[in-house]
Amino acid sequence: MSLQVSDLRVHYRTLKGDVRALDGVSFDLADGEILGLVGESGCGKSTLGKALIRMDGRMRRTGGTVALDGEELPIDDDRRMNDFRFRRVSLIPQYAMSALNPTRKIRRLVAELLRSRGAAVDPAELESRMAHVGLPPAVLDRYPIELSGGMRQRMVMVISTLLDPSLLIADEVTSALDVSTQKAVARALLGFRDSGYVKSMIFITHDLALTHHIADTIMVMYAGRLAEKAPADVIVKAPRHPYTRLLLDSLPEVGVRYADRRLDGIAGSPPSLLDPPAGCRFRDRCPLAGEECGEDPPVTELAPDHHVACWKA
Amino acid sequence: MTALQEVTPQEREGVRREALYFAVRNGKLLTGFGVVAVLLVLGLVGPLFTDVPPNQYGPRPMSPPSAEHWFGTTTFGQDIFAQFVHGLRSTFAVGAIGGGIAAVIGMLVGFTAGYRGGVVDEVLNMLTNVVLVIPALAVLLIVNAYLGIRSVAVQGLFIGLTQWPWAARAIRAQTFTLRSREFVDLARMSGAGTWRIITREIAPNMSSYLFMTFILLFGGSILIASSLDFIGLGPTDAVSLGLMLQNATQWSALQLGMWWWFVPPGAAITAVVGALYVANVGLDEVFNPKLREL
Amino acid sequence: MRRYFRRKLLVYGLTFFVAVTVNWMIPRFMPGDPVASMVARANMTQPQAVAAMRAYYNDLFGFDQPLWQQYLSFWGALLRGDFGLSIWLFPTPVGTVIADAVPYTLALVVPSVLLSWVVGNWFGAYAARRRVLDNTVLPIGYILTATPYMWLAVLLAWGLGVVAGLFPVAGGYSFSMQPTWSWAFLLDLLHHWALPFLSLFLVALGGWAIGMRNMIIYELESDYANYLSALGAPSRLIRRYAFRNAVLPQITGLALQLGVIVAGALVTEIVFAYPGLGSLILKAIQNSDFFLLQGTFLFIVLGVLIANFIIDIVYVVVDPRTRAGMAGADA
Repeated sequence: MSLQVSDLRVHYRTLKGDVRALDGVSFDLADGEILGLVGESGCGKSTLGKALIRMDGRMRRTGGTVALDGEELPIDDDRRMNDFRFRRVSLIPQYAMSALNPTRKIRRLVAELLRSRGAAVDPAELESRMAHVGLPPAVLDRYPIELSGGMRQRMVMVISTLLDPSLLIADEVTSALDVSTQKAVARALLGFRDSGYVKSMIFITHDLALTHHIADTIMVMYAGRLAEKAPADVIVKAPRHPYTRLLLDSLPEVGVRYADRRLDGIAGSPPSLLDPPAGCRFRDRCPLAGEECGEDPPVTELAPDHHVACWKA
Repeated sequence: MTALQEVTPQEREGVRREALYFAVRNGKLLTGFGVVAVLLVLGLVGPLFTDVPPNQYGPRPMSPPSAEHWFGTTTFGQDIFAQFVHGLRSTFAVGAIGGGIAAVIGMLVGFTAGYRGGVVDEVLNMLTNVVLVIPALAVLLIVNAYLGIRSVAVQGLFIGLTQWPWAARAIRAQTFTLRSREFVDLARMSGAGTWRIITREIAPNMSSYLFMTFILLFGGSILIASSLDFIGLGPTDAVSLGLMLQNATQWSALQLGMWWWFVPPGAAITAVVGALYVANVGLDEVFNPKLREL
Repeated sequence: MRRYFRRKLLVYGLTFFVAVTVNWMIPRFMPGDPVASMVARANMTQPQAVAAMRAYYNDLFGFDQPLWQQYLSFWGALLRGDFGLSIWLFPTPVGTVIADAVPYTLALVVPSVLLSWVVGNWFGAYAARRRVLDNTVLPIGYILTATPYMWLAVLLAWGLGVVAGLFPVAGGYSFSMQPTWSWAFLLDLLHHWALPFLSLFLVALGGWAIGMRNMIIYELESDYANYLSALGAPSRLIRRYAFRNAVLPQITGLALQLGVIVAGALVTEIVFAYPGLGSLILKAIQNSDFFLLQGTFLFIVLGVLIANFIIDIVYVVVDPRTRAGMAGADA
């Protein structure tokens, strides 16, 4: 078992009080597994990604544990966490295109970063990994600003995985890209896993369709909690949680003429996480909501590896 | 479109309320504006209560601060407190006039260059850079020496004419980023003219920035005016803090140990300008969420 | 890169042209007969000086010629290095008077600008995001940068000069000394130089420290800094990158601040009666020596332009982006 998250609670301190961005999330990630993490903005998926590698100053863990390869991650101890970062847990950030220091040539930048972590550059390995994502070795002698946004992002992908981390967090890496580039990036990430550059991966996105191509398992989050988690095919073909179903319904389908059918989002908006109401958080938007939904639905394993938090599932 | 109009004022209202929330809790902002306010009141009200004209020679020269002469007297027996409060008034006046004129020119040039772009931008940018490079004090020296400046207002005018370039540059850059935003596009598509877009859409969205620019121009104008006064090119028919410093050094207050002559005017300039700068940092923290400390 | 320099040189050329034109125009805007009023204001006692001056002015301004010819001959004289004769030190040429004063001003300005820049940047970078230091450096920096140059000069002259008696408060060297290349004289020079230098240095220091602190904070919040932290890079490395990137705008800032610092040097010299351009300007104003004033003006403008160009070259050397042909500093 690569990653075990149990009952993780992370709050954001704000002026108006604590926002419960993650409110008791548990899941496992197996070796070699790619987990797609999906949900609307504000559902806690980015908070989860951050919590696993670097919490910012406003974030606070209020409960729960995270274990990586059987060892507990000190996620709220910035200093101790440094030992794990990059070597064991790594990140491809949302802002990958601007993540490289603009005034250093790539070669020097990589060397300095690795040296600061007590590792050395293996030039042959570096170049072969760059070739893997279609970057010529000449890129090493360029400044980041001389590269296109896509090239910079691919360079960041290579750098982040240089130390073969157990867990890679890819945070919204495809949201700024056009469709064909999205596919290429997704393929490259799959390749990373298959070549053993990373053991397992959490792929955070709001794009359910794309996740389906890359992820083994998909986890849908809603308002700081897990809604449904199942193998990718099951989520797409046989979702059980009403939220997942609505999410899938709101996807445009190729070949459908939308003049006949209105393309809707899901009506309403998620509850405030400042002081969330008791019970199922999707209740107010749920077409199936009933009496029992006034109580928190537990996460239950309906079928092997199919977890759902819903009374009606 | 209707939805947008409904949402925007509310949003702005929210932003304003949030800014106010931080403003009343920001120590830098409150201290800065507090110091400025106290000195401003002193400059406005003080002259009404000093019955002696500030430059009138008195019977007791060179006396240190006392109950009768709060800040002491000069070599000629002039009451330094009277000079001080009148000088404060001139200082604020020159800051307001110089800073105001520079802000207006800076905005005109910056908005026009940033919004119109193209050749207009090229030409204005070149002009800005030229005025930026010329040392302002040197130009003012020549102008004042030949024309002989009499009043604080004219002094402020000329200072304003030399101080605008950096403001124009900063505003141009800001306008550049706002120009391509959706709400500006929307206004353009609905047929609003350039002037209307600038005054209704662009300027309100950077109002905090404009205000901070004005504050910096205000402080800069005060400093440059005091230098001019000190060199001996100050307004000939007014009292100012810079002129007080000039008189003090010219009549050997240093050698005579008359610290009460040269300490107050300099301290007041430092206090006003420093408080403005500090208030500016406070404002920046209020309007820029990234800088807020939680 | 070539485009960058071409633009810069165009701006500087244009600036010099504007400065010369302003210099030419202003006397012609004076109400009344400028020659008569200048001679009258010059307040001279020697009759031959008055006559010579009148003739000189009339010849130089050439009021009987058409304007464009006056303008051209003004440029002609300028390019020959002819700034006119000083009235205050009649009949010394203005060029000579200025040349005697310039070394003193340079000796004050160059070290104080460079040192305050280096030390200020270092202080600011060190203080940024270190709470205790930040809370001391920041207010001190703001007070220093808000202090009028002449006031700090007066305070230092009074405190360290008059009261403590540690430093002389007037002149470039002691009256009893003759300029020679002796150790005694050099020491005396240094002794007189110390206070004006310190005064300039301190005021400028505040501004650099604040600027650097703000730039560093901005850099520490940038995406590359966040990425490095996420990869567990030590803050030493991140701060080094931030410093390096924050220095670049500070170099541009140096160019922008030159005018202010030169102005500060002028008034500081006046406080200490230091025999540089500032004292020259004071004398020129007191004696209505307009040729000297105009000559000094042109000289200062020229000096600032040259310094700007040097800074541009340094910037290209330091910022790889300008060399790589990418957009770097705004022209």
